[in-house]
Amino acid sequence: MSNETNLPAGEAGNPHQEITQPQSVAVPMPAGHGAHVAEGHGIHHHEPFITKYIFSQDHKIISKQFLITGIIWAFIGGLFSVLFRLQLGFPNDHFMWLHTVFGNWAPNGQFTPEAYYGLVTMHGTIMLFFVLTAGMSGTFANLLIPLQLGARDMASPFMNMLSYWIFFIASIIMFSSLFVSTGPFAGGWTAYPPLSALKEASPGSGTGGDLWLIAVFFFFVSQIFAGINYISTILNMRTKGMSMSRMPLTIWGLLVTAILGLLSFPVVITGLVLLFFDKHLGTSFYLNSIYVSGHALPNVGGSPILYQHLFWFMGHPEVYIVILPAMGIASEVLSINSRKPIFGYRGMVTAFFAICILAFLVWAHHMFVTGMNPYLGAFFVLLTLLIAVPSAIKVFNWIGTMWKGNIHLSVPCLFVIGFVSTFISGGLTGIWMGNSAIDLDIHDTYFIIAHFHLVMGVASILGMCAGVYHWFPKMFGRKMNNTLGYIHFWITLVGAYLIFWPMHYEGLAGMPRRYYDYAAWHTFAPFQGLNTFISIVAIVVFITQILFLFNFFYSIFKGRKETDPNPWKANTLEWTTPIHPGHGNWVGEIPEVYRWPYDYGKNGIDFIPQNVPLTPEEEMEVIKETQPQPA
Amino acid sequence: MTDLLIVITVVLILIIIVQISKASEYVSILKGKEKAEQQSDKVNAWLLMAFLILGLIGIYICHELLKGKLLPVAASVQGAAIDHMIIYTGIITAVVFFLTEIMLFYFGFRYHNKPGRKAKYLPDNDPLEITWTAITALVLLILIVFGLKEWFKITGPAPKNAMVVEVTGKQFEWMFRYPGKDDVLGRKDFKLIDPAKDNPLGQDWSDPANHDDVVSHNVLHLVVDRPVRLLINSQDVIHDVGLPYFRMKMDAVPGTPTTLWFTPTITTAEMIKKTGDPDFVYELACDQLCGEGHFTMRATIIVETQQQFDQWEAGQKSQYQLAMADLNPSISDTTKAADGGLPAADSSKAKVAFAK
Repeated sequence: MSNETNLPAGEAGNPHQEITQPQSVAVPMPAGHGAHVAEGHGIHHHEPFITKYIFSQDHKIISKQFLITGIIWAFIGGLFSVLFRLQLGFPNDHFMWLHTVFGNWAPNGQFTPEAYYGLVTMHGTIMLFFVLTAGMSGTFANLLIPLQLGARDMASPFMNMLSYWIFFIASIIMFSSLFVSTGPFAGGWTAYPPLSALKEASPGSGTGGDLWLIAVFFFFVSQIFAGINYISTILNMRTKGMSMSRMPLTIWGLLVTAILGLLSFPVVITGLVLLFFDKHLGTSFYLNSIYVSGHALPNVGGSPILYQHLFWFMGHPEVYIVILPAMGIASEVLSINSRKPIFGYRGMVTAFFAICILAFLVWAHHMFVTGMNPYLGAFFVLLTLLIAVPSAIKVFNWIGTMWKGNIHLSVPCLFVIGFVSTFISGGLTGIWMGNSAIDLDIHDTYFIIAHFHLVMGVASILGMCAGVYHWFPKMFGRKMNNTLGYIHFWITLVGAYLIFWPMHYEGLAGMPRRYYDYAAWHTFAPFQGLNTFISIVAIVVFITQILFLFNFFYSIFKGRKETDPNPWKANTLEWTTPIHPGHGNWVGEIPEVYRWPYDYGKNGIDFIPQNVPLTPEEEMEVIKETQPQPA
Repeated sequence: MTDLLIVITVVLILIIIVQISKASEYVSILKGKEKAEQQSDKVNAWLLMAFLILGLIGIYICHELLKGKLLPVAASVQGAAIDHMIIYTGIITAVVFFLTEIMLFYFGFRYHNKPGRKAKYLPDNDPLEITWTAITALVLLILIVFGLKEWFKITGPAPKNAMVVEVTGKQFEWMFRYPGKDDVLGRKDFKLIDPAKDNPLGQDWSDPANHDDVVSHNVLHLVVDRPVRLLINSQDVIHDVGLPYFRMKMDAVPGTPTTLWFTPTITTAEMIKKTGDPDFVYELACDQLCGEGHFTMRATIIVETQQQFDQWEAGQKSQYQLAMADLNPSISDTTKAADGGLPAADSSKAKVAFAK
């Protein structure tokens, strides 16, 4: 594939300069002008299947690859949660079909504790890394950055392709770890040593743990490749007139996400490499004074807490990596459907940057009970609670956007309302545990599970769904079924609250997370009935997702054809491309941008796309604003 | 058979939903895009309202159903303070929660798409934005100040009269060591650990301070109204001393000792009376994933008067005596029996649960 569709970075000259991409470099002309032209266009070209759909360098195809891989992983990760909820909900029942399907994992129709912890670990790893990081950023950054900024492709389409395929390798390795005889890794998605370092302490930390480490390593490498590309594309390849202050909030969200990833992933990679050394090269970075399975280990001098610092230095920005793209999508979709500009654009961008900076300064709030110096803890309490300020600004702004709007309650818009709702519910409890004294009580209980599932699990998934429903016509040129979308939304939202709201109570009663069975515990056994209820709801919600899967895949091939190039009446540039954009996105010149993306309902006009020049009256206004007021 | 029936029913329901959805798609085409959209907007607007109202009722019902299962009063001075913090933090967040959620769903309902409705062009409002930012920051600062005050009190140095107990976690058991009459815990070294020779903690017998140290397994004895300082460590992986009734928690980290102190205020006997539950027992739970037996890592805590505690301690053989008895087999049987009792019963119970 050619790189001609892109402006080579060197030619861009001053990166601050607004760039118009020269025709000769970028534009696939309708008729065949030279060798590279034909591949740009959907209809009349002879590109082999393998470069068009598999090793494609077209950002739109890569976006679909990330999305479909992410959906498959989401299905697996969700299935795992249903499987371990079976154990929690029905600890006394034997489901013989589990033995038929999972063999030694469930010898008499019940998962063994080790298999249970394997499922828990895989659920966390898959959901957080493969679905909500790679699936989320991979899909929407790839799709939207070039399309909304007016670029023909990413800064480096080749690296972009590489990033997907490295992620694919990570996926294969992770999947293969499920078939290891000692079981998959079972030490929790955080992989704290010494548990993760010693196969004597947990069988899953043997081969399964090695494969987990390698897979996660490849995953982070792929995300670094992707992040470099996202940032350089956003900074260098915006079309003429697309100043930073005219970027849609989706792009701002994705930019901050990429910065967070680029600065935090290398740190955790270091941590994981050291863990690998401890496992196989006899080093003692994290190991100290250990007596396990009948003998004392030679390792002395290491600190398991060091790993936690390295891990959470990524781990906390990671939760923002998961939620920020959803915030961007929410802002965009909410504004379009309210037919109103997003409220407080500048506040939103400022909040993104505040989150970006603070996200790096709060990691140790995951470690209040590790015996850290209380003064250090105090520092993290302060910054942790302060990060609630930008989050609150965002919530107020979303609600402000809806106020006095003319809200089209389309499927994506409902998902965004669900997103804001769960983000509030989960976010507010963050103020509880961010205060270290309260954390002493609720740390590592179901309260935490309820908190993070609502604020970043459910909220991000809802945001991602909103994005999929909203941009599906752009991705596939067809529509998804609306009725199925509404059913999907309502059951998911109601189900999510039924599952996670009662968990707060379990947590306040001190019920620890990651327990296989509570029957022997006087304090926690009374919650068995509730656990059964939660498991049943989880199964129903999971089955509902099958409707989404059907709707998604069926609509790709058989959905109603989209006939309107701008079905949502939106202002952003992706809707100025043809319904089936080829590689290169625009036929002819890339549109020039004259205004911000949120001119909805301005001067009584429903919407004014970004590429519509200012009217003379608007120009006068701009001049008035920019000229100094006479004293 | 029932499994198969359930699967068939679920599949049928899914097929029916899909068919209805497809049909509704055709209906909406017949009606025309505009009209179909307005109708579904109306339906969903009412659903938003219904969700809000039913949700608020649901929160109330959930609270009524589950409040009885919450823990009884905090059984420590520090726990009471934390409960107090939880209550005022809860009230503040609840106010914000109800305000924002009600606005969110109400606006969704109130301003849903209708013919003739025009959206208000309102890109920003600086004074409003500055106000709500400032209020949020102020409220959070108040929470921070009160929170940190408590945090420093709790993590500050333990009072002079605190008793000291060493807690050691290992897969999947808790061990507690009391310093004995000399109030000094003897030296130990992980290389000396040898459960077979009755030295599960690796105590160094050449240190005389070790000779009167008493070790108990899975049962912790504490004295009411007397501060206790726990010296916490682990032999293998990270565990966590979780004390739900005292609202306390601290990791047990191999190689890096940690510490935690609190003042229990209610004896086990009093708690039995308070809760009206004759089986009531304080539990200590491992709160950090530590392997396949994580969920069996349970210890019980007996909070008693100083007199009862002294009585219990006087009846215990020190670990040194037990270990030395091993060297002289003739007396080892009787000491083993003395060591048994509740702890042994407890660990076998855990094993039963685990074997399931």
